[in-house]
Amino acid sequence: MSTGAVVMLVVAIVIIWGGLAASALWLRAHPDAEDAARRQAG
Amino acid sequence: MPKAHREQWATRSGFLLAAIGSAVGLGNIWRFPYVAYESGGGAFLVPYLVALLTAGIPLLILSYSIGHRFRASPPVALRRLSRPAEAIGWWQVLISFFIAIYYAVIIAWAIRYAGFSIGEQWGDDPDGFFGGTFLGVTEAGDFGTYNVGVAVPLIAVWIIVLLLLGFGVRRGIEVANKIFMPLLLVLFGALVVRAVTLEGAGAGLNALFAPNWAALADGSVWVAAYGQIFFSLSIGFGIMITYASYLRRKADLTGTALVAGFANSSFELLAGIGVFSALGFMAVQQGVAVEDVAAGGIGLAFVAFPQIISEMPAGPLFGVLFFVSLVVAGLSSLISIVQVVVGAVQDRFGVGRVPAVAVVGGATAVVSIALFPAGQGLILLDTVDHWINQYGIALASLVLVVAVAWALRALPAMQRYTDAISSVPLRGWWVAALGVITPLVLGWMMYDSLKAEFSAPYEDYPQWFLNAAGWGVAGGVIVVAVLLTAVLWKRDVGTAEDDLERERQEAAAGKAAGEGDA
Repeated sequence: MSTGAVVMLVVAIVIIWGGLAASALWLRAHPDAEDAARRQAG
Repeated sequence: MPKAHREQWATRSGFLLAAIGSAVGLGNIWRFPYVAYESGGGAFLVPYLVALLTAGIPLLILSYSIGHRFRASPPVALRRLSRPAEAIGWWQVLISFFIAIYYAVIIAWAIRYAGFSIGEQWGDDPDGFFGGTFLGVTEAGDFGTYNVGVAVPLIAVWIIVLLLLGFGVRRGIEVANKIFMPLLLVLFGALVVRAVTLEGAGAGLNALFAPNWAALADGSVWVAAYGQIFFSLSIGFGIMITYASYLRRKADLTGTALVAGFANSSFELLAGIGVFSALGFMAVQQGVAVEDVAAGGIGLAFVAFPQIISEMPAGPLFGVLFFVSLVVAGLSSLISIVQVVVGAVQDRFGVGRVPAVAVVGGATAVVSIALFPAGQGLILLDTVDHWINQYGIALASLVLVVAVAWALRALPAMQRYTDAISSVPLRGWWVAALGVITPLVLGWMMYDSLKAEFSAPYEDYPQWFLNAAGWGVAGGVIVVAVLLTAVLWKRDVGTAEDDLERERQEAAAGKAAGEGDA
């Protein structure tokens, strides 16, 4: 693979998969009110 | 007639998996890799991400907001926004109907091909096998022979889909996606691991990711990026309005939309890596360049992949992984498409879930089973798919954003509503993206594809056939949507708050009666 291709492969992975990981972690840190209440009760 | 309580997702993750299951479909696997390769390779990442952030995710959030705010499937939800907008809702429902009838048959082919993989039954001519031996493709206008080998798996697909929908949102759709999505990840993940370890994988990945920056100056590359985002995210034909209508009152709409949007793109990227690694292997085996074997769509899945399976060690296992992945990805999308039609009838006519599934879902299945296993099925599918994408999904999205942003000027109110319950604030970019960028790009796409339509007949099919199966279908759904809206004009639907209040009173009455019994 050429250097340009490797760089774009890595950039794509970091942005897209990283974007998924970041948004999933964000959502986890912001549970819906009812979920949060249930978690506390549990 | 008293309406039942509205169904609800059991958990937020259940909704998310269903939304991702709907978005991740055949287009992610066979459309994205080829579009990216043809449109600048690695450089395509730029317009693709711009399209995701300025149109894909904003439209996804708008769909979630409409479904959640008005708590109904598209016709009722949009009527609650504005009475004439009900027509856009029915338009989306009818688009879903047409997609469902042909989408199901591709899943049926994939089921057969999972079986064919085991004995590599296409021999040394996968192309001739697919069009000739398997489908017996005829000319446009010639119905051809009815193919029982396609009809049987197609009937099975419809039985599975209607059974799952019959079980409802929580026990059917949610449970199915909780199984389908992890299964898809495992199957497709195994396939990608195998693909990247094949000889020649590097050549394939090089072809996909080597950036051609000059392509960014080409307007058609940007149109391709926006097109890929629209068609891949399942926006514009009512699915996300329908699914979001089953969320709880307090639900994080923007946070879930970001996860769903990035999850869909993540799967596309994974598919790109897997598909081009495999194509690189095929190119090296045949001693040709990757550009000579690169393909997308039906040709990739049912001609190029069989070729790859025949050429590789342990090919049958690879074939089963690939075609079963197609089946799983396809089923989770088909379920959501049919739910749009079923849910619309439930909500607008106060019909129960099971009768709606039996009558409306059953009728959709009958049309699908009657038309598409014939020799003409492939050409009919290709034509209806092209027109329903361009002049159904894309045009309906354009009309929806123009109506909401400009005619009704409803974006600021929708933004306030969404921000009040969500974790990621929308701010001005959302209104700008939907009010300006999305309509401009969709308008440009429309102009571009109309120009192509009038310069030469699509795929050189006869003009009368394109008039009937293309323009007839795309125009017919608009006419029927307007007629339905006119007929139902005086039949009120009440507000979402009315429904909630009635449900609260019924719950209180039920509780009181329960306590009385005790």
